[in-house]
Amino acid sequence: MSEPLIFEYQSVSRQGFVARSASESRLPADALRTDEPVLPRASELEVVRHFTRLSQLNFSIDTQFYPLGSCTMKYNPRICNRLAMLPQFLLRHPLGGVEHGQGYLQTMFELQEMLQVVTGMEAVSLTPMAGAQGEFAGVAMIQAYHAAQGDTERTQIIVPDAAHGTNPATATMCGCDVVEIFTGVDGDIDLEALRAVVGPQTAGIMLTNPSTLGVFERQIQEIAAIVHEAGGLLYYDGANLNAILGKTLPGDMGFDVIHMNLHKTFSTPHGGGGPGSGAVGVSKRLKPFLPVPFIQKKGDLYVWATEESCPQSIGRLSAFMGNSGVLLRAYIYMRMLGGQGMERVSDFAVLNANYLLHALQEAGFEIAFPERRATHEFIVSLKKEMRDTGVNAMDFAKALLDHGFHAPTTYFPTLVPECLLIEPTETESQHALDGFVAAMISIRKQAYTDPDKVKEAPLTLPVRRLDDVRAAKQPDLIWQPAENNTENTTAGS
Amino acid sequence: MPFIPHTDTDIARMLQRAGISDISQLFDEIPVDLKIDGLEAIGPALSEAEIAQLMQQRARADGEPLCFMGAGAYEHYIPAAVWDIATRGEFYSAYTPYQAEASQGTLQVIYEFQTMIASLNGLDVSNASLYDGATAFAEACLMAVRANRKSKSKKILVSRLLSPVFRSVATTILQGQRIELVELPIRNGQTDIAALKNFVDEDFAAVAIQNPSFLGTLEDVDTLTDWAHEHGALVIGITNPMSLALLKAPGQWGTAGADIACGEGQPMGIPLSSGGPYVGYLVCRKAIMRQMPGRIVGRTVDIEGKPGFTLTLQAREQHIRRSKATSNICTNQGLIATAATIYMSLMGAEGLRQVAHSCNANTHMLVDALCALPGISQPFDTPLFHEGVVQLDRPVAGFLMELSRQGILGGYDLSADYPELGHALLVCATEQRSAADIASYVAAAGAALEVAV
Repeated sequence: MSEPLIFEYQSVSRQGFVARSASESRLPADALRTDEPVLPRASELEVVRHFTRLSQLNFSIDTQFYPLGSCTMKYNPRICNRLAMLPQFLLRHPLGGVEHGQGYLQTMFELQEMLQVVTGMEAVSLTPMAGAQGEFAGVAMIQAYHAAQGDTERTQIIVPDAAHGTNPATATMCGCDVVEIFTGVDGDIDLEALRAVVGPQTAGIMLTNPSTLGVFERQIQEIAAIVHEAGGLLYYDGANLNAILGKTLPGDMGFDVIHMNLHKTFSTPHGGGGPGSGAVGVSKRLKPFLPVPFIQKKGDLYVWATEESCPQSIGRLSAFMGNSGVLLRAYIYMRMLGGQGMERVSDFAVLNANYLLHALQEAGFEIAFPERRATHEFIVSLKKEMRDTGVNAMDFAKALLDHGFHAPTTYFPTLVPECLLIEPTETESQHALDGFVAAMISIRKQAYTDPDKVKEAPLTLPVRRLDDVRAAKQPDLIWQPAENNTENTTAGS
Repeated sequence: MPFIPHTDTDIARMLQRAGISDISQLFDEIPVDLKIDGLEAIGPALSEAEIAQLMQQRARADGEPLCFMGAGAYEHYIPAAVWDIATRGEFYSAYTPYQAEASQGTLQVIYEFQTMIASLNGLDVSNASLYDGATAFAEACLMAVRANRKSKSKKILVSRLLSPVFRSVATTILQGQRIELVELPIRNGQTDIAALKNFVDEDFAAVAIQNPSFLGTLEDVDTLTDWAHEHGALVIGITNPMSLALLKAPGQWGTAGADIACGEGQPMGIPLSSGGPYVGYLVCRKAIMRQMPGRIVGRTVDIEGKPGFTLTLQAREQHIRRSKATSNICTNQGLIATAATIYMSLMGAEGLRQVAHSCNANTHMLVDALCALPGISQPFDTPLFHEGVVQLDRPVAGFLMELSRQGILGGYDLSADYPELGHALLVCATEQRSAADIASYVAAAGAALEVAV
């Protein structure tokens, strides 16, 4: 099954979407373009059919189970989308006055407050547009704090080897040097290694807890003490918040700043790669540095806090206030859960993970940290299967697609060989989990009897394995009409 | 228990399999003194019907003012099919297309997005989108510093007519890398070409030009582009995709064309939504594409030779390069790029041209009618695209408040960002504003001006 490119249609585009103006446009001739941009010529029915067919080539939560570690692919309630798309919300101009925004501003204010409660932080700003931007805000605030103390030598950010790639990339983007530390054999941070690297040059440490290894960092209080005593601050990557809602608070653990992936824990859609939303929460000492704008209450009125009222702010991160529509969806979801519902989210996210871990372990799969309690996710290592049959984690991932399951996260974290990082989330039933276990058993059986067949997977999807080397070596990044193939590709100097 | 499907029997069976008797045991590795007693402060759960009622109330409280505000976000008509299709579950609830075989739909859409955005801007390649226009500009600056082989400079020469908030966001993002924005002054609503001579002895990685400018005016893009290239700087064009239906694309500016273009894709079928989610774009010449940040989709073949799509050039990205990546960016605005692609597909080049013409005509109609009122004048008559500046005989804030009482969002008060323009107001009338809407604005403005200053 394949669908032609939209550019291959040769019909007349539908006209008449908008009324013609009562008067003529006035643009100087020398400002006008003379070429025709490459845009589709397709009827409305062709456009509708084309994109509907393309949608059907995708896996999605609405159609498949996604045990994708570190990504929290839970059900995205339809009602969140419906209500975030109420006409007044969609038509509200971002620069409209607060008199035409009290409903929206009150909602955002309450979201800030709810996120403070679930993280135990002092204040929240909703403006970062994705996790990585939340990380950027966090590290920038840590830098601004040290600068405000006159402490200009703190240029190092400590990052565990198991961290998400965005952590070190963010530290670099902020102009910091990255110092990597190793994880101990039990999955916790090696405290001696940490003590060895902290000092007057330490700006802070970036941690995820539960870590990307799917275990709770038990020595978090000691870690906080070591870093704080050295004068550094603690950054919490909130990617794994789904495991601890209502159980413990990053604020209590000693973190100074946290970002939350609302598209994970609070169920806003992943949308095929965004938009995300990376709200940040801070402890008291970082409050003056929060990115603007955020929302304050003055008497009965909800108003913006901006550079004027927050002169020490790290500044703006988006043209307006982040991904507002995503924030609305998170708010609606949180109100539908309520406090008890949030606790249950973690109860069942962790129950599902532990059940799945034991079911896979009983089926003979090797668990990376078997002596530890899994949190909302856990790691299976396929190094034995790889050694015995040559079938690796990537082959398992592709074979799972043929079984109708999205692949777990593969080869991350990198310190466990041939790993699958598996996160079932709370919204999957036991039946769905059992189906996944059965698929894993069946793939392994085939790996031992007919390994080449597994390495051919996937066989039932719109395409077979793709030639990534060719994609990178001969980049074909835009379609070009055949007749002026050369005109469009004048590479500059 | 919303969204949790487990029956009591399931729970019992699952606990047994996990070797425990109670769910609370699952959290026994959390130190006792860190445990909390739930989240009482969040309050009770609302039913779907209750939250629907609450949100409808909140939405009504926002009202529906008649919008004459632009300043970086524009109210255009969005055909019904755009969001009907974009919010299909297969797009809405899909993950990032790392498993290419299971994501051909999203990947092909993004390849089509890249094609349309690159072509509108007249450049060779596009990435899969960035958060918004402001961050796309910040990434363009970072990219220019990396890509300019002739210059080691970490300075970008930026027109004062570039959106103030774009400059502000870029300043936040660039400060860690010590990249500095140097301001190019303005004259008569355009970048002051004569002032360029003051910068000939300085070295710049790039010159950034927004066209149409933040004030809606058309810049002398050819002169600015050629000047930049003669002085060893790259050119970053900041564009509005709607204007590119009519205006010369950055790739055609000056003798050699701009090197990088970026902008806010919101006008392409994305609702105003209080500022987001929108969709930033970044396009460039092929020669510097490996300096591009963010995800990029490429077309390739599968092992049977069948065409297919995949994320490519990933050696630039954080999940591979970690601290040496071109940016920390991970996400793109996949769903919003999908909606923009559907919008552009429905409209076609002719449809976009009609909208762009209509916006230009309507804004002229509004500006002309406003300037016919006593107390309002036009500070300069530089050609404009779909926004215009008018000057009042009184502070803009009070005037706008009067209009707001009449249910009219009268435009953007420029006095804080451009005090040199006096009591200046930026207005915009898109194709959504009828002649009757414009007449209502003019009548309300007339009434507001009758009040003594």
